[in-house]
Amino acid sequence: MTATEEMEHGHDIRRATPSNAVVEARNLARDYKFGDDNVHALRGVTFDVGERDYVAVVGPSGCGKSTLLNMLGVIDKPTSGTVRIRGHDVGSMRDREATSFRLHNIGFVFQRFYLMPTLSAVENIELPMAEAGKKKTQRVERARELLSYVGMSHRERHRPSQMSGGEQQRVAIARALANRPAILLADEPTGELDAKTGAEVIALFERLNTDGTTIIVVTHDEDLAHAARRRIHMRDGVIVDG
Amino acid sequence: MRFALAWSSLRRHATRTLLATLGVAVAAAMLLDMVMMSTGMRESFRELLLSRGFQVRLAPKGTLPFDTDATIENTSGILTLLHTNPAIVTISPVLGGTIQIPIGNRVVTSAALGIDPSVQGDYELLSGKNPTAADTFVANDDFLKATGARIGDTLDISSGYDPQLRTFAGTRKLVLTGRVRFLYGASNQLATAMRLSTLQQMGGAQRANDASLFMIKVRNDSQVEPTREWIERKIPTVSAISTATALVQVDQRLSYFRQLAVILGSVSLFVGFLLVTTLVTVSVNERIGEITVMRALGVSRGHIVQQIVLEAIALMLVGSVAGLGLGLATAHYLNAILSSFPGLPMAINFFLFQPKSAWTALGLLAVSGVAAGVYPSLRAASLPIATTLRQEAIA
Repeated sequence: MTATEEMEHGHDIRRATPSNAVVEARNLARDYKFGDDNVHALRGVTFDVGERDYVAVVGPSGCGKSTLLNMLGVIDKPTSGTVRIRGHDVGSMRDREATSFRLHNIGFVFQRFYLMPTLSAVENIELPMAEAGKKKTQRVERARELLSYVGMSHRERHRPSQMSGGEQQRVAIARALANRPAILLADEPTGELDAKTGAEVIALFERLNTDGTTIIVVTHDEDLAHAARRRIHMRDGVIVDG
Repeated sequence: MRFALAWSSLRRHATRTLLATLGVAVAAAMLLDMVMMSTGMRESFRELLLSRGFQVRLAPKGTLPFDTDATIENTSGILTLLHTNPAIVTISPVLGGTIQIPIGNRVVTSAALGIDPSVQGDYELLSGKNPTAADTFVANDDFLKATGARIGDTLDISSGYDPQLRTFAGTRKLVLTGRVRFLYGASNQLATAMRLSTLQQMGGAQRANDASLFMIKVRNDSQVEPTREWIERKIPTVSAISTATALVQVDQRLSYFRQLAVILGSVSLFVGFLLVTTLVTVSVNERIGEITVMRALGVSRGHIVQQIVLEAIALMLVGSVAGLGLGLATAHYLNAILSSFPGLPMAINFFLFQPKSAWTALGLLAVSGVAAGVYPSLRAASLPIATTLRQEAIA
């Protein structure tokens, strides 16, 4: 049964997998063609991420961190190898299935926040829930709960342009948690923030993990990397440590 | 949520949206006018022909009513013959001519119709009385204005002017008994009507038994076409034209107008389509990052397409509703200009508003709105998520 089908039949895919690993990556490789050149962004990456884990993927620019995150987020497919999330082979999913899987199982936090500029904070958090077919009252209740969790209740009706970078990132984190995802993926979540607001986001990630959220972050931020329970060091498309 | 997103996207650049909506409104107005024109003239002509219930018209062989100065001879004989057909219930003979009226040191020239007042179908009496007596006549407002005559006045009226001899075939004193509006009269045309026998006598011996036209009503329980064929068989000097036949001839004569309407309507529709496609494409290009993030968050391709198509349809529909008002106002103005063309009945409407026309125009615009949104939305929804996000980050 696919993840989509499980969702439609009301099953919880977390219980559908006997293994404790939320993420199982095996010999992941990803090649890109640039004209006649073949660039090997990932060269056989293998690792697991367990339930409630908090992993920081670190390494120099161009080492394949973001490519790896895209595979885990089901927005890109490996050239070879497999990625299983909660037992589901996400690399072989068709677009429709992958979209539904992302909606229900993956939470994304981007470096540039990417909130919808015309929607308020609460509406931005409602967006994934609306796509999942939740009723308006449920959406608003959940959005307010999340805004309270990230300390943004006072900004409920504000638009992104009326918020600071740190505030926008906290709303983006709340949006990523809207559909109670299996994992939270963050790509340089403190990259656009100053030290103080960056520290607030790092603290928020720690609290989220303590409360049970599995987190994988890609970062250059030493503080963020040190806050994680585990670090994976990458270089030239392979894991060199972790 | 999709409606909210579509609405907020349009509001984001309010001035641009307003300008595009105005552009669509102009295109919609033109499309509506062209749709109204393509069907309006024919419908208007049909209504005019049927307004008094005459279904068949007899004109001199090979001509249309009042197309030439030719007349049908032996009016009394034709009337007698037509009365023998039980399917014919009413016959209204009409003679067309020109009269001259000396007013001070000038002469006013006017069109004149010789009619049978009891069955005439050429005018509406606005005030006064019909010209039932031999020495009476009725006239329209243009005539009254040009001559300064009023109901009850007696005027010297001449007819049958010979330009070589500079003489009239006949002159009579006629009393103006009524003010009328001619159904088939052209704009600013001076026109009068009197008894058929009066005008025949004024035309001299040559026109003593002539008519230009016979209008015929067929009994309700009889068919028009067999009656028309019977008339053509029995009276070889006339062309019997039913309303249906007349409309076919009108269609042939108006085919240039219809072609023009179709071409200009298509151009309007295409311009509206291009306008909305351009605007939506620009808007989508500006929001590629947002759209890709929505896809990454799990929003389906179908819902992205729906949202963008909704934006295009909203632009088209709001512009179309504004265009409806603009189109009606423009049609009214153009109709006033075109109706004043010489020789055309004033009652003809070039732009006849029919709800069907409005729905047709709105339907075409809605379809083109969908089409305008499909290309940019499919393009945006099909972008590879990871690559696009990386490009957006670099940009």
